[in-house]
Amino acid sequence: MAERIVVDARGSFCPGPLMELIARLKFASVGDEVEVLSTDKGSAADIPEWVKKVGHELLEAREDAGVWHIALKKLK
Amino acid sequence: MRILIVGGGMGGTILGNNLARRLAPEIRAGKVKLGMLSASDKHMYQPGLLYMALGRMTPDELYRDQASLLEPGIDFQVDPVEAFELDKNQVKTKGGKTHAYDILVIATGSRPVPEMIPGLAEGAETFYTEQTALKMFKRLQSFQGGKVVVAVGVPHKCPMAPLEITFMLHDYFKDRGIRDKVQLHYTYPIGRVHSLEPVAKWAQPEFDRLGITYETLFNVKEVDAKGQVLKSEEGGAVKYDLLVSIPAHKGMEVIEKNKLGAGGFIPTDKTKLTMEGRPNVYVIGDTTNIPISKAGSTVHYQAETLGENIAAIVKLGAPVREHDGKVFCFIETGKDRATYAMFNYTTPPDPKPPTKAVHWFKMAYNKLYWTSARGLL
Repeated sequence: MAERIVVDARGSFCPGPLMELIARLKFASVGDEVEVLSTDKGSAADIPEWVKKVGHELLEAREDAGVWHIALKKLK
Repeated sequence: MRILIVGGGMGGTILGNNLARRLAPEIRAGKVKLGMLSASDKHMYQPGLLYMALGRMTPDELYRDQASLLEPGIDFQVDPVEAFELDKNQVKTKGGKTHAYDILVIATGSRPVPEMIPGLAEGAETFYTEQTALKMFKRLQSFQGGKVVVAVGVPHKCPMAPLEITFMLHDYFKDRGIRDKVQLHYTYPIGRVHSLEPVAKWAQPEFDRLGITYETLFNVKEVDAKGQVLKSEEGGAVKYDLLVSIPAHKGMEVIEKNKLGAGGFIPTDKTKLTMEGRPNVYVIGDTTNIPISKAGSTVHYQAETLGENIAAIVKLGAPVREHDGKVFCFIETGKDRATYAMFNYTTPPDPKPPTKAVHWFKMAYNKLYWTSARGLL
């Protein structure tokens, strides 16, 4: 069963949600699921774009009460 | 009450001095014991390494004896912690001692790990240690022209450093009269040239104006040091003649070995500054996993909040305020002008146009830092 790691980047201006995700993925294992919480609406576009470009699997991207939940599976 | 600070860097030092002053009567009366354990008897002003790589500071300007920076109420020992036994409220040191505590503060910092990227240590210059900054200084002096590429690892200490070194290299080569022989190329991990959007909006046209090329969504995957090619996770490849790296960082090995947090970064409550699940263990600075800049300024303000709160726990029985996440970062935008970014958890920065006055304020701060570490500024 893959571990789901939560990166709580709500309210992070610097380094910001995508950079927090990239940092956390470095210390995750292939197959791990990582979910980013972000209050920056730009994350809804930025993070899926990066996930697709690098080749991880996007699991979900949804908004709930002003917080974006974007989950992926690390594939490499 | 036994208060133990592990780490003698900027955070531990400011906090220790803050507490020694606030709790001076209790320390004199023997009601409070304030200890500090560090791996070194020296204290380094790390931001000075950027200047040293460009020949504008010297190694002796970067160091002070740690003991000379500390208030007399602090029991300072050079004896690094090897084991955190949090269930027993104690730590064990390399020297074989056991230190029990009522309140523990972990401020061990972070370290560059270029070895995480194949070929990076061999192929790139960097300025995150005294040794590598000196090596970069010598390499720059002998560089006569070609393509200089700036590569940025994640996470890294000092989020302004990628921009600062790029702008300062522009002026460095200009002063040497070889700027027209140098192509400066900047790469960055996310989809703009800096993590702070207002800073990116200012910096991108500056790059255009100065003839600095850039490429975003570029995360370093490997370096072919022999072929002088930098490759990215996103599938990009860039040839270089001189590679300048902002290396990725990890927390200290002792944090990883004690399994306190992935990558050596400890899960920390961003307003209370407590370690998750450990109400009497506080974590500050680069050691936390809080989504905030890894910078001296970050830990400076955290140390002030924590000093006030720990003193209040002693005197009133409870902490008195939540941390607001304040950060103030200078941004050198060349050899003689600078601006700054100030923000907190709720308010984004609004950087102003660079001025010479802010640059000279930064130059003054490079000297005033030692009063900051003493908790006076």
